[in-house]
Amino acid sequence: MSDVLLPKNLHEVWKIFDKSSETLVYAGGTDLLVKLASSRVPHSTPNVLVCLENIEELRNIRETDGRVRIGACVTHSRLLSHPLIRDNFPVLPKALRLLGSPPVRNMGTLGGNICTASPAGDALPALYLLDAELEISSQKGSRFIPIGQFIKGPGYAELQSGEILIAIWLDKNNDYTIHHFEKVGQRNALAISIASMAALIKLSSEGIVEKIRLAWGSVAPTIALSSEVETVLIGKPLSQVVLNEARPLLNQAISPIDDIRAKAEYRRTVAANLLIRLSRYNGHDKV
Amino acid sequence: MLNGKEIVINAEPDQRVIDLLREDLGLTGAKEGCGAGECGACTILVDNESRLSCLMLAAQLEGKTITTIEGIAKEGEFHPLQEAFIEYGAVQCGFCTPGMILSAVDLLAKNPGPTREEIKEGMSGNLCRCTGYQKIVDSVEMAVSKMGKKGRQ
Repeated sequence: MSDVLLPKNLHEVWKIFDKSSETLVYAGGTDLLVKLASSRVPHSTPNVLVCLENIEELRNIRETDGRVRIGACVTHSRLLSHPLIRDNFPVLPKALRLLGSPPVRNMGTLGGNICTASPAGDALPALYLLDAELEISSQKGSRFIPIGQFIKGPGYAELQSGEILIAIWLDKNNDYTIHHFEKVGQRNALAISIASMAALIKLSSEGIVEKIRLAWGSVAPTIALSSEVETVLIGKPLSQVVLNEARPLLNQAISPIDDIRAKAEYRRTVAANLLIRLSRYNGHDKV
Repeated sequence: MLNGKEIVINAEPDQRVIDLLREDLGLTGAKEGCGAGECGACTILVDNESRLSCLMLAAQLEGKTITTIEGIAKEGEFHPLQEAFIEYGAVQCGFCTPGMILSAVDLLAKNPGPTREEIKEGMSGNLCRCTGYQKIVDSVEMAVSKMGKKGRQ
């Protein structure tokens, strides 16, 4: 049996860490409790489970100096309905709408999606493109780290003992006119992605790519980026021919695996098709 | 608060809420389907929001307002959603029904006049294996019009 503690503030979290050596931290529980139930956690009976969902300061969204700070325990549902998120970072709600199901989104949190560090984490491609910076805290203080440096591999995030992720910072200053996310899974709801792609694009009035950022999920140990693909698209229209030409570069940037959801080869095809589907924006910046 | 009544209970802190409800409190409306958050049969409302009771631990309920399917009918009167489910034959084996109704309650609280597509999306976390989705969506649509809030707000 494990004790379950629900600290009300960070001070109480640090006290728990001081007292207990074997703690497992969770927020919404939609990943950890599934793993605990199926004994897929290394120390499957931790002494203390620490649930962060009652910590008010981790549940706020606020704006400071052109940056938006999202508390790590803000749920996906909250993010979906929040005007600051909807208006400034549309790529994020586009992704979150496809995450799990309504009750999973009512429970699951943005911080949880990051710390779980799944290659299939639905929020992650968008957060990589938005250059999310993570605020990690411990009793000793805070440090900031870009999301791409924090997530090291499947299920492995760079969180030291005694540390928790407390907030996600996003820069409001982006002038991308297209915020795009698509995910392919076995069904619409409650699906773990087979491959996904987020894109931020700025087109000139003639439909030429001025700026583009791309990120793929579920096709590499972590989110896959490709500056080579991005570079080759700059200065060109988003035509099928142009996008198709970038295919070999994309193939070098990803390293998908076979698993119960799909074969690696299928994932390569889907990742490329997701790229080519950007041709829907050819010449205009709305679908 | 459980179904409108304040209660004090002793429970193991790491007991799953689904087990606490069904085994200790005798509230067998919430069902365990998958135990992994993928079927919605164990849906309950916590502070008026749908949550999965198989992925919550008893300690998380402290100080919260919980509604299960047993608390949906008021003073012997069925909730309009329950009436609609009966009228439209949206219940076959019944296993998914409590979760379906609670998800619909959550949906209508957030969006009192959903379109058919919005209903489908709102109920997308609840699986029915008797292939009854058509009638379930019909029922929610009918309950919406019965509750007098037709059309988008």
